[in-house]
Amino acid sequence: MDILKTAIAGTVESSDCLVTVEPGSGTIELDLDSSVMRQFGRQIRKVIFETLGRLDVSNVKITVVDKGALDCTIKARVECAVYRANEMKDNLPWGDVIV
Amino acid sequence: MKNAVGREIPDDILRALGKEPFQGNNYKNGVPFRRVAPIIHPVMDNQHSKLVKDIHEALVKCKAHSGMTVSFHHHFREGDLIVNMVMEEIHKMGLKNITLAATSLGKAHDPLVPMIEDGTITRIEASGVRGMIGRTISEGKLKGLAIMRSHGGRVRSLMTGETKVDIAFIGAPTSDDYGNLRGIGGKTNCGVLSYSHIDGDQAEYVVAITDCLVPFPNFPAHISMTKVDYVCVVDAIGIPEKIATGAAKPTTDQRKLMMAEYCTQVVVNTPYFKDGFSYQTGVGGASIASTISLTRIMEERGIKMGFGVGGLTKPMCDLLDRGMVRVLMDTQAFDLDTVSNVINPAHHRISAGAYANPFNKGAFVNKLDYVILASLEVDVHFNCNVVVGSDGVITGAQGGHPDTAQGAKCTIVICPLLQGRIPAICSEVTTVTTPGESVDVVVTDYGVAVNPNRHDLLEALRKADCVPLKTIEELRDIAYSITGEPDPVEFEDRVVGIIEARDGTIMDVVRQIKKCDPKE
Repeated sequence: MDILKTAIAGTVESSDCLVTVEPGSGTIELDLDSSVMRQFGRQIRKVIFETLGRLDVSNVKITVVDKGALDCTIKARVECAVYRANEMKDNLPWGDVIV
Repeated sequence: MKNAVGREIPDDILRALGKEPFQGNNYKNGVPFRRVAPIIHPVMDNQHSKLVKDIHEALVKCKAHSGMTVSFHHHFREGDLIVNMVMEEIHKMGLKNITLAATSLGKAHDPLVPMIEDGTITRIEASGVRGMIGRTISEGKLKGLAIMRSHGGRVRSLMTGETKVDIAFIGAPTSDDYGNLRGIGGKTNCGVLSYSHIDGDQAEYVVAITDCLVPFPNFPAHISMTKVDYVCVVDAIGIPEKIATGAAKPTTDQRKLMMAEYCTQVVVNTPYFKDGFSYQTGVGGASIASTISLTRIMEERGIKMGFGVGGLTKPMCDLLDRGMVRVLMDTQAFDLDTVSNVINPAHHRISAGAYANPFNKGAFVNKLDYVILASLEVDVHFNCNVVVGSDGVITGAQGGHPDTAQGAKCTIVICPLLQGRIPAICSEVTTVTTPGESVDVVVTDYGVAVNPNRHDLLEALRKADCVPLKTIEELRDIAYSITGEPDPVEFEDRVVGIIEARDGTIMDVVRQIKKCDPKE
C-alpha cells in the first residue's frame, strides 16, 4: 500500500501511542520516541515493521510517540493510520491482513 | 561477592565502605555494639543566647567547613524549604565536598542539582531520592556514593557512628528561644518530629529553624532544648499546602478497589486477625481503600485493633476517633486531618528509632501483625524494589518498607500486575530493597501469590477460598504474556548508589545508567 497523504492515529495518553504516517522517500523511515525505550524499544520497533510488512507498506515516513502502549495497541494504531492515509473507511480486510 | 538475595556486590565497594554483603534478615540479631556518643558544647552561662540572626550566622557558629555532613528531616515533604535554604547558604560560602544526610529528598529539592554538579554536594545519604536529584545520581554526576537506607537503618547508622552528623538542621513548626521544638502550634505544622530525634541525640551541633517563635517553655517539647545549640527564625520553613494535603479522596479506580478487597480478604482470613491485632498501611489508593473495607469487617465481627503505627492517614485517625483502635503510634502525618488528630491523647508521637531501628532493644515494627505495602516491582523470589524505576533511574525511597516488612508477622504487598507497559511482577527486580524473606503475600489485580515459605498462610487462604490464589511465577507469566518480556536495562560499570540493608550490610548496588536517547 502507498501512503497517499499524511494521517494520524492514537493519542499520547498513558498506555497509548500516537502514530503519524507521511509519504516516504522510497524506504521505511521510522522515528520512535518511547517512555519505555530501555525495556521495550526493540520490541516496539519489531511490531511496527511487522505491521507495515503485513500491510505491504514499504515507502513511508512513520513517527511513533509511545507512552507505554501494548503491542496490540501499537499494531492497531499503525493499521489505522495507514488506512486513513488511503482514505479507506469501509471494507477493511478484517481477518486478512488485519489479524 | 554474591549476597543472600543473589546480588553481586563488588569487592571494591565492600572494601571501600568496610561493609559486608547482606546475609539474611537476622544476621546481626543479638550482636553487641557500642553506641557512639556525640561531642557536646555545653551551655552554662545564663547570659548565653541561642538565637542567631540568620542561617549564615548559624553555620559560622557551628564551624561549618568543607567535607562536613549536614542533616535534615523530611516531615515537610514536598513543601520543604529548609534543605534548599541551608544548602544555598553553604554554596554561597564556597564550601565543598558536603555530605547531605537527609531523611529523604524529593522534587522540592530539584534546585540542589547544580550543587551536585559543581562539587558542593559530593555524597548523599537518604531514605531515597525522588525528582531530578535521583536522575542526576543515576547519570553519574554525584562524585561520591548515594547511600539509601530505611528509616530504621538511618537511626542505626547514626547510633553506630557510621554517619557522623556535624550539623543537624531541624525545621520546627514552633520553637522557643532556647530550642524546645514542637511539630504543632505554628503556621506550617507537620504534627510530629520523629525523624529528627536521632539527629538531636547524635549530631555535634543542632540548629533549630522555625518560622514561629513562641514564649519559653514550648512544652511539652517533641525535641528538647537540652539537645539544641542554636535557634534561627526565618520567614517560612515550608509551604503548608504541600506539607500535608487534605485527606486523599477514597479511590473509585475499580482495579485498586479490587486489589483492596483482595487485601482485606487476606487480612481477615489469616490467623492474626483477632481482637487486639496491630496494623500499618500506606497512603496509596488501594491501601486506604483496604483500611476502609477492613473497618467494615472489624465492625461486623466486633474486632478492634490494638495499635496502628507508621506514617498515618485520616482513615487510621477515624478508627481512633471511633474507638476501633486502642492507640496510634505516629512517625509521620500524611494529611491535615492526621496533623490535627495528634491532640488526641491516644495518638502518640514516637521517634523513627522507636518505630523501626533494628539496633535498639526492639522496635514497634517487631510487634506488627500486618503491614500493607506497595512496590514498584516484585520478582519471583518475592524481592521488592521501591527505589529504582524499571528504567534503571533512582526514583523512590526505602522509607519504612524493609523495616516493617521484616517486623510484621504478615507482610502484604499490593502491586498492580502492570504499570503501563512495565510488568511489576517480574523475573528479577531492577534493584532489591526488601528481601523476599520479609514478604509473605503479594496482591495483584490478577490474583494473590503467597510466599511458599509461608505454608501456614497459604493453607489458611486456601481453606477460606476467598481470593484467586496464583503462584508468583504464574503472575509473572501473565504479565509477560501481555507486555512481552522486557529487555534488561543497560548499565555502566560504575556504582553510583548503595541500597543498604537495615543492619548496615549491602542489599544491592545501583549502577550508572547507560546513555539512552529516548528518540532513536
